[in-house]
Amino acid sequence: MSEQEKNIPILDKRTSRRSFIKNSGLTVGGLVIGGAIGSLLNGKSEATTSTVAHDTNQTVIDYSETRQFFVRQKDFDAIVAATEVIYPEDKNGPGAIALGVPYFIDKQLASPWGSNADDYRKGPFKAGETPLNKSEIVLQGVRKLNEVAEKEHDGTLFKDLTEEQQIAILTSFQVGEVEMELVSSAAFFSLLRTLTLQGCFADPLYGGNKNMAGWKMKEFPGAQMSYTAYLDKEEFVAIEPVSLGGHKH
Amino acid sequence: MVTKLPKVDVVTTGMGWTGGIVAAELTKAGYHVVGLERGVERTIEDYLHGHDELKYNVHKELMQKLNKDTITFRNTLAEEAKPVRDEGALVLGTGTGGGGAHWGAQTYRYFPYDFEIRSKTIEKYGESKIPDGVTIQDWGITYDEIEPYYSKFEQMAGVSGEVDPLAGPRSVDYPTPPLKKLTQMKMFHEAAEKLGYHPFVVPTGTVSEAYTNPDGETLNACQYCAFCGNYGCEYGAKADPIVTVIPTAKKTGNFELRTNSIVTRVLYDGNKATGVLYKDTRTGEEFEQPADVVALTSYTFNNVRLLLLSGIGEQYNPKTGTGMIGKNYTDHHTITGAIAYFEDMKFNSYIGTGALGSAYNDFNADNFDHSNIDFIHGGQIEMHLMGNEPIANNAVPFGTPMWGKEFKEKSIHYYHRNVVVVSQRAILPHKDHYLDLDPTYKDDYGDPLIRVTFDYTEMDHKRNEFLVEKCAEVAKEMGADIIDIIPMAEHFGGRFAFQHDAGGVIMGANPETSAVNNYLQMWDVDNLFVCGASAFPHFGPTNPTPTVAALTYRAAEGMIEFLKNGGGPLVKAK
Repeated sequence: MSEQEKNIPILDKRTSRRSFIKNSGLTVGGLVIGGAIGSLLNGKSEATTSTVAHDTNQTVIDYSETRQFFVRQKDFDAIVAATEVIYPEDKNGPGAIALGVPYFIDKQLASPWGSNADDYRKGPFKAGETPLNKSEIVLQGVRKLNEVAEKEHDGTLFKDLTEEQQIAILTSFQVGEVEMELVSSAAFFSLLRTLTLQGCFADPLYGGNKNMAGWKMKEFPGAQMSYTAYLDKEEFVAIEPVSLGGHKH
Repeated sequence: MVTKLPKVDVVTTGMGWTGGIVAAELTKAGYHVVGLERGVERTIEDYLHGHDELKYNVHKELMQKLNKDTITFRNTLAEEAKPVRDEGALVLGTGTGGGGAHWGAQTYRYFPYDFEIRSKTIEKYGESKIPDGVTIQDWGITYDEIEPYYSKFEQMAGVSGEVDPLAGPRSVDYPTPPLKKLTQMKMFHEAAEKLGYHPFVVPTGTVSEAYTNPDGETLNACQYCAFCGNYGCEYGAKADPIVTVIPTAKKTGNFELRTNSIVTRVLYDGNKATGVLYKDTRTGEEFEQPADVVALTSYTFNNVRLLLLSGIGEQYNPKTGTGMIGKNYTDHHTITGAIAYFEDMKFNSYIGTGALGSAYNDFNADNFDHSNIDFIHGGQIEMHLMGNEPIANNAVPFGTPMWGKEFKEKSIHYYHRNVVVVSQRAILPHKDHYLDLDPTYKDDYGDPLIRVTFDYTEMDHKRNEFLVEKCAEVAKEMGADIIDIIPMAEHFGGRFAFQHDAGGVIMGANPETSAVNNYLQMWDVDNLFVCGASAFPHFGPTNPTPTVAALTYRAAEGMIEFLKNGGGPLVKAK
């Protein structure tokens, strides 16, 4: 066995190292990438990779749940509540809150994506277009959620409404009934729904899909490197998911 | 100040498939090629850590960012176009590999009918079969003439496939066997055969086994990992210019790659293209690169735009029908069909490749009688297993809310219990659909953006109605419990989401009906070759890359002839 082969770890219990090498042809012509692939494939336990830090009292603080974008508590509370209505906890498993979706959204809005850094932003903006960037749309939208809630329910904030009341308000946003400035409430709702689903199912490295619980719920195996061992399986094969953070570099 | 560089034999504008093929073929023949690429150089090491749906599939990490330039779009001549602003709505490859880095690698050939669509339609059904305004034309090349170049592409890319009994004849077999049939594909084959159709496993550039191509480049075996279309392949198992034609060019010693180099003009003296003007995207420094042959090897939009910005050829005018540049633009981003849900099945739907799947062509091209049907051409009935990534795949039967409890419940329930049967179809040109320069919107350098004017024709709607029923038919035969037909909007909505655009610098048999001959050589400017789907007079029914590549192999042969003979037109106008 060559050094190369020795360094390629076992991909999965069901995919032997030998069959992986044979199938991929890495030793035939792929030596250029063998080393790098080898290290990428070296799965390590997810449990050791969560973002934790220890203070002097040995208390575990999860710094990934510190906000970068939302400053006002009321704004954040509204988005927390709204995402949970969009993707609620149920018998299948966790909802948006337990999956870390609000923190995922916070990070996304603070990132260059939140400022539409890669989009074409030159004017003029014509009818049906918004000059606002994504973080501006979401911020205006969550404030509007509270504004509508307080107006319709005697000063009650969105987070304190019943689920039924929250659904009714979100529906009015979805159908574009709520007046917003320079953007439609339907566009805001659509963005919020998109962000919520992304936060449920993106790789955990972005702060959502906590402990891969979103993937586990859908039985999605995550960032696997190969499925050649399962091509002939007629029955469903449940594979323990792996995230990019679970790859060893 | 412009720095004038020493003259070279050939300069290319972009290093995707077309630039890569030109570079490989011309350098092997001993010519010195400079490849200009506005993006960065990539190696497969750049594709490690790549199994990230949010970064690559949603945020399109491999694609050209739109913050410096984009396209504008409108449906009709009467409207003002708006820019396509959002990263998700316009996919353009960038960096070495270009579209060949992110493609899903479905590698079908077009049909003999496609290349002679006008003659064959008139011959069989009469001229009245072609609706007013539909500007189809023969390509100036027959299937038999392009066949050797398709084979050359397939041999280079290691294409894994199974012969489609309804496709044009092949001179050689696929170089590698087809990908494996998964459960859903077996069901599709069985159902299609029961219905009397002719299914085959989709041919693909995600290769089924390790393969060394005639240039000595090796592709590794596909792992079915499903991070494929919109991703680069870290295994080097997907045919990509960076693992095939670019290394081939490099090892000749005759190739020079210049990245971060954006071509802004083709230099034109009224007779010849004397070279190109380009900028270093980081410093803004400007260079002139003189060349004996200029090969435009950018994407459809930019090939057209560079000609228009450089004053080469005449802008097509939809009102008068005069001018050739920008004519016969076709968009191929409308693929509808049916979603089939199976209560009693649970598929391993996380497995896939950009091209794993099955198809049949019984309703494609002129493979069926159109006498009593009020459209021409057709589409492929097909299903694909691309690996249902969890952000993008939350299908629920129609009538289900799109959020909240019921949505969650059903989207999880059906996640591994659905198969989507779709139909890629031909898109035929119309006199009102074209490309020109936008009067309002500009890029970072102050140059106008390209403007797209495109909508569905009546025939597109009729063809769609016919094809979606065929998709539903096979889904039913497969035993689906629920079948939802995906609706087609009344108007094209302007999402250019997987780089299927054609026309604008179309090919043909003479300069009255085309901008380039069948070597992609411009009729007016004989040392200028315009490579890409910009040459397609209509969009054939399936993915464009094999036809783009085949035409570019022929163009490269033409460039070699041209340089050997000291110039001149390669084809006499008919």
